[in-house]
Amino acid sequence: MRSDLFLLVCLAVGGVVFAAAMTLGNDYYFFAGYVVLQYVVLSTAWNVLGGYCGYVNFGSAAFFAVGAYATVAIHRFHPMPIPFLVAIAGIASGVVGLGMGYLTLRLRGAFFAIATLALAVVLETLTVNWDYVGGSRGAYIVRPEAIAPFGSYIRYLFLIMLLIAIGAITIARLIERSRLGLGFATIRDDELAAEASGVPTLRLKLIATTISGALMGMAGAPFPYYIGFLQPSSVFGLDYAINSIAMPLIGGTTSWVGPLLGAVLLGSLQQIATVTISSAVNLLIVGFLLVGFVIVAPNGIIGLIHKYVQHRPDILIGRRRIAADAPGPTP
Amino acid sequence: MTGLLEVDNLSKRFGGFVALEGISLSVRRGERVGLIGPNGSGKSTLVNCICGTLQNETGSVHFDGHTLNGASAHQRTRRGLARTFQLPRPFASLCLADNMRIPLLYSVATRERHSAGDIEDRCLDLLRQVGLDDKARRLPRELTQVEMRKLELARAMASEPKLLIADESMAGLTHSEIEDILTLLNRLNEQGVTIILIEHIMRAVMSFSQRLVVLVSGRKIADGEPETVVRDPEVERAYLGQ
Ligand SMILES: Nc1ncnc2c1ncn2[C@@H]1O[C@H](COP(=O)(O)OP(=O)(O)O)[C@@H](O)[C@H]1O
Ligand SMILES: [Mg+2]
Repeated sequence: MRSDLFLLVCLAVGGVVFAAAMTLGNDYYFFAGYVVLQYVVLSTAWNVLGGYCGYVNFGSAAFFAVGAYATVAIHRFHPMPIPFLVAIAGIASGVVGLGMGYLTLRLRGAFFAIATLALAVVLETLTVNWDYVGGSRGAYIVRPEAIAPFGSYIRYLFLIMLLIAIGAITIARLIERSRLGLGFATIRDDELAAEASGVPTLRLKLIATTISGALMGMAGAPFPYYIGFLQPSSVFGLDYAINSIAMPLIGGTTSWVGPLLGAVLLGSLQQIATVTISSAVNLLIVGFLLVGFVIVAPNGIIGLIHKYVQHRPDILIGRRRIAADAPGPTP
Repeated sequence: MTGLLEVDNLSKRFGGFVALEGISLSVRRGERVGLIGPNGSGKSTLVNCICGTLQNETGSVHFDGHTLNGASAHQRTRRGLARTFQLPRPFASLCLADNMRIPLLYSVATRERHSAGDIEDRCLDLLRQVGLDDKARRLPRELTQVEMRKLELARAMASEPKLLIADESMAGLTHSEIEDILTLLNRLNEQGVTIILIEHIMRAVMSFSQRLVVLVSGRKIADGEPETVVRDPEVERAYLGQ
């Protein structure tokens, strides 16, 4: 499918989702759906670096936080329309992503993962000590009651997150099918061989950290309006770091469908658990699912589908990434 | 006239271990050079230093009028320097055709424009040349070790190099497969590609090479006409007589 057509289909699906939520009429669905969509963006963004290039980022929370705090900082200066804040947050966290890329260029595997964790700790420390955005006390962002023509403000936030999610998925799919995506795959497979074939691996890594970081920051930009009161612990917690890794892994990392499936599944499950049991069990659920999948289906839901569905639809594998779960030893 | 490749006084250490010491080597345009030496004599390390996979401490490498010191491996490949890895390093998650596509997209396409259809045809053509075209949509892990070597060679050819260095591409191949690869290399050579062949199979090296270079313990001990070199007493003692 052509990319512009794909975007139209995504927008249509998004329109249906939004219309359905509007029909239900209950704001709760918007509050819950917003969180799920936010995870769709985070896990899609994580997968650009983690799934396509094979670089595991434990610092997703930091990028999300950069986006959220960019909003707080600008809001304190002067309230701005949210789409504008999303753009600024994307640039800010993209720059942080680029910076992280530069600092970790020569690091691989566990060393890279630890470095991203360190980045999150550094940024958290900076935030805690930055008084302008509230420091450790936190900052209030007053969410307007209503906005025309949507009614309550959460519906507007939901719509914005929906559009960011559509944008993120479209970008991910575009990458997958481009020369860039093929280059990313060679980084994941073998960097020495990639270089020997003419692939500028360092530059591609920087592109990946920048795109991934920017998308995560965009997901964070509307968050202060959603939560109303932002403190460092609400963004730097384990939730974002763990979920944005677990969701693509559970969904499958080889195509854009995986992070989407994982985020919708895990995100919804956590929302249901929050209502029926307590939000405290959320990470427990993720933990159990992750362990289960690692043992039973190391290639995620997509991998399972490949295994059991003979005529797998093209949509699930992308044009090139073939048979992530074909018989034979896993590398 | 200077050669296509000029290696001057190149040295490489791994910690305290001297892997290469003062290697100088000149390869003319269009030449077929055989590089031999016992296991561990530094042949692969020399390839790695020439191609930028490893950084040499001292000495310099000039290629096609450019000095390569400090150039990254992908820049050297784009300049026309291609190599195979002794232990094949295929892109495991990409099908064979896409393994070919990488050098075409990232190396050849940086020099000249190609349509998508062109590139697809080139991928299949390259695989055909090494007899793997019927497996174009398979993954590398479905190949045998021998097929993996052929894939490695085809991928090096895909970047359309001026100089191709084949690092023990024939190990484990049968008699007729060796002939096939030699024919292929000779054909490339006729098209103007300079070739350095690293090989243990003496019959193949002798029939292919116009010149023979011998490495022993990181030093070059002989360089010249193949028949003369193999009769050199030092070579016989250090290498053939072992
Ligand atoms: N990355 C490395 N680190 C340490 N020692 C190495 C490394 N690569 C090669 N060597 C050593 O350098 C010597 C030359 O190796 P190599 O170039 O592979 O020899 P050849 O290809 O002629 O068999 C060997 O003794 C080998 O153990
Ligand atoms: Mg070797």
